[in-house]
Amino acid sequence: MSVTDMNAAGLRRDEHLERLKLFGLSSPALLLVMVILVIPVGWLFYVSFIGADGTFSLENYERMITRKSYGRIFWTTFEVSLLTTGICILIGYPLAYFMAQLPPRLANLCLIAVLLPFWTSLLVRTYAWLVLLQKNGLVNNWAISLGLWDEPIKIVHNLNGTLIGMVHIMLPFLILPTYGAMRAIDRDYIKAAANLGASPRRAFWTVFFPLSTPGLFAGALMVFVLCLGFFVTPAVLGGGKVIMVSMKIVSNIELFVNWGAASALGVVLLVLTAAVLWIASRFVNLERATGGGH
Amino acid sequence: MHDRCGWQGCPQRFHGDLAVTNTLSDALPITVRNVTKTYGRVHALDDVSLDVKSGEFLTLLGPSGSGKTTLLMVLAGFTRPDRGSLKFGDAEMIRQPPHLRDVGMVFQNYALFPHMTVAGNVGYPLRLRRVPRPEIAERVEKALETVQLAGYGERRIDQLSGGQKQRVALARSIVFEPRILLMDEPLSALDKKLRDRMQIELRQLHEKLGMTTVYVTHDQREALTMSDRIAVVNFGRIMQLATPQQLYDQPDNKFVADFIGESTFLDVQRNGDTCLAFGAPIKTTRPVPPGDNLSLMMRPERIHLIDGPPAPDDNVFEATVSDLVYQGESFLLYAHIANGPEVAVRGAIRGDTYASLPKPGAPVRLGLHAADAVIIADEGR
Repeated sequence: MSVTDMNAAGLRRDEHLERLKLFGLSSPALLLVMVILVIPVGWLFYVSFIGADGTFSLENYERMITRKSYGRIFWTTFEVSLLTTGICILIGYPLAYFMAQLPPRLANLCLIAVLLPFWTSLLVRTYAWLVLLQKNGLVNNWAISLGLWDEPIKIVHNLNGTLIGMVHIMLPFLILPTYGAMRAIDRDYIKAAANLGASPRRAFWTVFFPLSTPGLFAGALMVFVLCLGFFVTPAVLGGGKVIMVSMKIVSNIELFVNWGAASALGVVLLVLTAAVLWIASRFVNLERATGGGH
Repeated sequence: MHDRCGWQGCPQRFHGDLAVTNTLSDALPITVRNVTKTYGRVHALDDVSLDVKSGEFLTLLGPSGSGKTTLLMVLAGFTRPDRGSLKFGDAEMIRQPPHLRDVGMVFQNYALFPHMTVAGNVGYPLRLRRVPRPEIAERVEKALETVQLAGYGERRIDQLSGGQKQRVALARSIVFEPRILLMDEPLSALDKKLRDRMQIELRQLHEKLGMTTVYVTHDQREALTMSDRIAVVNFGRIMQLATPQQLYDQPDNKFVADFIGESTFLDVQRNGDTCLAFGAPIKTTRPVPPGDNLSLMMRPERIHLIDGPPAPDDNVFEATVSDLVYQGESFLLYAHIANGPEVAVRGAIRGDTYASLPKPGAPVRLGLHAADAVIIADEGR
């Protein structure tokens, strides 16, 4: 055996063994993904192509095109998701900015406050809004006694209530990545901008904001995608006036027991969501490839 | 200004470059008066006054936490002092926000904007000043040429090496032709070889551009190599402000003597106008400072080993060798002076000098020439 071959076979075996161990460790997770993701989604696709008579058919998809109500539902879904994302950005970005300026210990306290809602159930939070916003709820009663408006106004069971609830639920998803990106911005960048002649406002728009956009973008994307499939909050606070895709899926199953129609809606929602993510990821890459900002 | 190459260690080829020196007529002097900054009960700056001459390269040198960076940040406008005055030329600057001070600054970590290209970074101060586009392109390219990075404009910041980032940061801080340039330990992130080269390059750039430059470092060799004058800072105060040579040869106090270069201190007693060590008067050509707490500063390279009868101007100390270290170009010999401290002696190695040096345990006689015998007042700090 030559010197260069020394231990070669043994070392190769170690390498194989290591890979095998890695695979062994991840196999439970792989199995879980197979069982709870790949198989159900495959089944979803299959069922969506089965017509009312139990044979292969495109009728579930045809219905979506021919019936106007479906178009309206998809439009509402996108509208509500976009509005929620937009309001989250308007509220969340300044808050994240404020937190990023605080000393770390205070900022952590604020972070806990932002995360606090996650410790209560989504349903509880949604019904709490119902209590607050209803006709004789806390908000209306206070506003009237303070003289802000004269008689109870409708702020729930419509788009307003839906948006208020959804923004509240979604805000942490926007704040967390935005705050993370802001914290990662070296303060010397802002100092350098000031030193080179940028007023605080220009330093913000030319340096801080561009550097924070990856986090803001990630947060906004997450909020938007989560909104597309959101059910509980719009169902409770929308009062049946704001119908999103997820609610149509539920009514297809509960009211009409039409699994094919529900599955087709699910598939379209899935494809649309994937498309949004794909376009967004292309946009991000494009920005990075050109150095961004200019 | 041109005697700065008189001291040792300055490369000869420098003189050629110095011939083209043209100091900008509009470089500004800096006047600092009574600037104090406290954090809680800690004096980061304690009533500091300082004059930086127009076109001068002045270094703030001190250990970490000495206040040197705080002082630089006061100059740049990022730290608001409790009181004091700061003038650039005749204009009072102390309350001026940083973006209106018009000084260039090189940050320790460069602070290059990662979302802009090299040209984007260098052009940034010009865009803020609404310079027309063609002129921006021209001046950016010229600035990049100055730092020897011509043609790098389209590179992304993360494609640059440490030395290149350093140069881009420098180009960005000079492209808008500020009359004052501040540098905060700009070379500390570079490896030693590159650092040595950049020291020379920064120095040459200063000769060429002539901006009043304030440079912060904790590296004394860097300070000695680059500066016209050095301000040694500690406890938020300026311990001494002098040329590199004065600082090394005639330190004002024990802190400076200890901080700059290596030295051993030998307690000495005042005896009228002279000083005594082990009962014998110290021969020195230098004045003895006032005060009773005096030490003799002994630099390793200024002590020599006496073989045979001592020269008349030598101070002689009997000692025993305790260790001998080989260091390539030189040797380091530690010797215990009888009833005194251990001193270090450094000498060049040539031919077979190393082999003939006394070994540990052997007696040795140390000589310190009268011109190298410096008495330091220890203010008891």
